[in-house]
Order: sequence, then C-alpha cells, then structure tokens
Amino acid sequence: MAASAGPEIERLIALLSKLPGLGPRSGRRAALALLKKRDTLLAPLATAMAEAQAKVRTCGTCGSLDVTDPCAVCADGSRDGRLLCVVEEVGSVWAMERGGSFKGRYHVLGGLLSALDGIGPEALRIGELVGRVADGSVAEVILALPATVDGQTTAHYIADRLAKTNVPVTMLARGVPVGGDLDWLDDGTIAQALRARRPA
Amino acid sequence: MASAALLSLTLADFRSYERARLETGGRSVYLFGANGAGKTNLLEAISLLSPGKGLRGVSLAEVGRRLPGEAVGRAWAVAAEVQSGEDAPVRIGTGVEQGGAARRTVRLEGETVPPGRLADHVRPIWLTPAQDRLFLEAASERRRFFDRLVFAGEPAHAANANGYDKAQRERMRLLVDAAETGAPADAAWLTALEARLAEFGALLAQARARTLLALQAEIDGRGDRPFPLARLGLTGEWERMALEGAPFAEIELKLAQALASARARDGAAGRALTGPHRGDLAIFHVEKDRPAAECSTGEQKALILNLVLAQAARLSRAESAPNPVILLDEVAAHLDLTRRAALADELTALKLQAFLTGTDESLFDHLKGRALGVRVGDAGLTTLEDE
Repeated sequence: MAASAGPEIERLIALLSKLPGLGPRSGRRAALALLKKRDTLLAPLATAMAEAQAKVRTCGTCGSLDVTDPCAVCADGSRDGRLLCVVEEVGSVWAMERGGSFKGRYHVLGGLLSALDGIGPEALRIGELVGRVADGSVAEVILALPATVDGQTTAHYIADRLAKTNVPVTMLARGVPVGGDLDWLDDGTIAQALRARRPA
Repeated sequence: MASAALLSLTLADFRSYERARLETGGRSVYLFGANGAGKTNLLEAISLLSPGKGLRGVSLAEVGRRLPGEAVGRAWAVAAEVQSGEDAPVRIGTGVEQGGAARRTVRLEGETVPPGRLADHVRPIWLTPAQDRLFLEAASERRRFFDRLVFAGEPAHAANANGYDKAQRERMRLLVDAAETGAPADAAWLTALEARLAEFGALLAQARARTLLALQAEIDGRGDRPFPLARLGLTGEWERMALEGAPFAEIELKLAQALASARARDGAAGRALTGPHRGDLAIFHVEKDRPAAECSTGEQKALILNLVLAQAARLSRAESAPNPVILLDEVAAHLDLTRRAALADELTALKLQAFLTGTDESLFDHLKGRALGVRVGDAGLTTLEDE
C-alpha cells in the first residue's frame, strides 16, 4: 500500500477496490488515473455519482433502475404490455434493450435461486411476478435466464409457480449463435441445438 | 509413425528435473532406472499436456522443483512438439509463471490459450500403480476411473457431471435444512432441482452405457490374446436402464420420480441414496469365471491393462480427435514373459505412441528396435543410441 498517500487518497483507493472486477492494485491505478485528470474525469464522475445517488431508484413495477418510478420502459405506452420478459438482473434488461428487438416489458428477479448461497424464492421478486401475471394483462411470460444450473432451476421453479395462471411460459432458445460456426461449438451446445431444432 | 505423437519433450524445474529434454522422433519410449530416478515424473509431465491435474492428480503448485529448505515449488514448465497426422508439428506447453501458483498457463504456438485446447493436440491415457487397488477400493474410485474413460470419448460428460453435482448439492442443502429445522422444504424448488438432476443424470447414465458397450465390443472383437478377457458391467440402476436401451426421456422421468419420492429419506440420511452418482463398474474375469476383485493382483493388473488398451484402440478410431498417447507406469513388472511380449506386439499393432517405465532394462527386451530406450539416472536422460 502506498504509505505516503494521505487518508483521502487511501479512502478513495479502498472504495474503488471494492468495485466488481477491481482489486487493490487496479484500485490504485484507477485512483491515480482519476487524480491525474481531476477536472476532466474526477469532478464529472463525482457529480455523476452524486446525481445517481440522488435520483436513481428501483422501479416498483419491474425492479429495473431508472430516475422515474415507474421506469421509462414500464411507463412507455407504446410497448406491448402483454409480453413480459423475466431476467436475472438489470444488466440483462440493458442487454435486451441494446438488441432493440424486444418491445414488451420486463421483470427483474434480482438474482437466481441458490440454496448454497442462501437465496430462496422469498429473496427474489417472484411473488411480485406472480402478482403481475395474475392480474390478467399478460399473454406470455418469456424467461430470459442464464443457461446454468441455477438459471434453469429458477426458470423451472417460475414456470411451476405460474402454471396456475394458465399464461403460456416460454424460454429463450439455446443453440447455435448467430454467425456461429459449428466447428467451434462445444458438444453440450450442439446437443442442445439438435434437441431444439425446428422446421427449416 | 503414429499419427499423433510427441516429437520432443522439454521439462524445466519440474519435480526432480532442473532441465531435461527428450527427442523421441515420434517413436514409443521405454524409460528404465532405479526407484526414485524420476521415471514417473516424466510420465506425469506428459499427462499434464491434457486438461486436468495429471496422472498423480495433485495440485499444480506441488509439481514445481523444490530444493531442500524451499517452502514452495518453483515456477515449472513442460513443453512438447506434437505431430498430428500430416500436419506440421505444433508447439504446446504448460506451466506456472510464479512458484507456488496453483493456476497454470497453457501455450499453443506461442499464444496463451484455455487448458481445454490441449485436448485438440494430445490425448494421454494412463495406467499407474495407484490404479492397482481399483477393484478393492470404494465404488467412487472405480466410477472416477470409468468416467475418465467416458470423458476421453465424450468431452460433454464432464460438464454434465458438474451440472449434476451442483444441482445435487443444492437439493441436499434444502433437504438437510428441512430435516434439521423441521420446516418442510419448498416442494416446487426441489422439483425444479430434481428436473436438472434427472436431465443431467440421464445424460450421464447414457454416456456411461455407450462407453461400456463400445469398450466391450473392442475387447470382444480382438479375440485371442494372452490378456484376460473382461466382461464389463455397470451396476447402477440408471446405467442398467440405459444399457437395456431405455430412451432418454424414460430414464429422465423415472429418475425424477425416484428423487421426488426419496426426499425424506435423503434428508434424513444427509446424502442422496439414488442416482448415477451411486453407479459402479463391475469387471468379471471370463476365463477364471469370477469377479476381478477375487483374482490375483497380476490378473487384476492384466484386466485393467486390457481395458486401457481397448480404450486406446477405441479412441484411435475417432477421426475427429488426436490419437491417444499411452502412458504405462510400472506395468511391465507385473506381467509374465508371454504377456510382456504380447504387450509389445499390441503396442506396435495399435500404431500409437507409448511411454513405459520399469526399473530394469530387460523388462523391455521385446520392445528393443521398436521403441526408444532411455536410461533415467543421476545423469538425467540418456538415450541408448547415444551410449
């Protein structure tokens, strides 16, 4: 640790080190970069963080992040409220929105079922999801969850919980990626793609 | 020459070796020397040219050379030139960049690549003295041994096994918590986990059954040889279903049902009492008409050797992957003269590169002229041609 740095800098480094993907070493690098560009980077960043702290809130409907509640997606009347896409985290909403091909609404779970991590159904926004679907305005629930054991367990659990509503529940397809060469796919993906084949 | 072979092998600060280099020209190699000379270390080095922990199954931090007084092993490296078919040789290498590091780096033609890429170039399969006790050990050891045979032919097997284990740990946590607190576990959650277990479990059972049938066909098809004829079986109920030709969906459904009805029992026991994680490999000595566990150690060794050779023959026929390289540690010493001669003939007939070790040069008399002899001693590696 840089012993000569003052407590203000130490604190900055300690906080930066806690960010995902960073550690003590990269925390020091980031702090140094910010301090070198005090006017062009540090000050705008501080302002942006203060604004985010003051304004960003969790959407009471879908669980996504925005400066308004309900969020822009939930408030947008031009989006198709009959399609509801269930995702793990806000990052997945952003990924879907980057694609721009989905015009429905979202529901953010806030994680995945994991008994070993102590995350049960009550820790996720599954009750809220059931409530949203049960009010009758949703025609299809699309589960866009990771193709991992936890992701698929969660998908199965949600499908089960929604079975009583009689609303169709679908899952994103798994298989050959767009622009993907079969030669580079692992065996498991090829087997999945084969099982999920469809008429050409 | 075999169509996938190590042309050269270089070791740096690996186990007992400070530096060593072996030029094979693609031929098979027999290594002889006193106990502790470093013969097995060389085989271990080759085994690390595949994904995983090598034939000793140790932490990769442990294999670095350590002088007396040094607390951790040094940064080590193993490199090889590999010839595959008609292609130009490729350089592959692996090692750790810092002494004591547990995570290794893998290099292919000078580029850092994921360890899985090693499997595109070398596919070592080995038989070591540690496997001598295979028939006397717990079922888990035999399962691991057999799963490695499955994995070599079907790489997806490892991912399915990991998925199965992960879902099983999740399920057991829910069941054990419920048993301890008295509050019932979330039934829908358990059903979701059991659906994963049933899917992965059916895939595991079918992959094991496929491998077993292929190996048995290989053993039966090679007829009259001085090695004992083995009859292989899988004793787990799910593998047996798969062997009897049950379709995937049926195994999956029945396994899901069995898991659902075993919840209370599994929770009380603290472990899952049914599923492919309980399967076992049974080997029967046909001529002696008795299970392998009841045969002499020499017969057991010959049975396993026969299985490994069948696996090598099976894999060498898969065109999509590199041919296996066979590593036989201290195998010759267990075989009588007839079987030693037969092993030499078999290795020649398989057209695969093999590395064998033994304490005595005379153990390899039948391989003279067909393989490269290397003396392992204080002076390092000395090929017989250079003497």
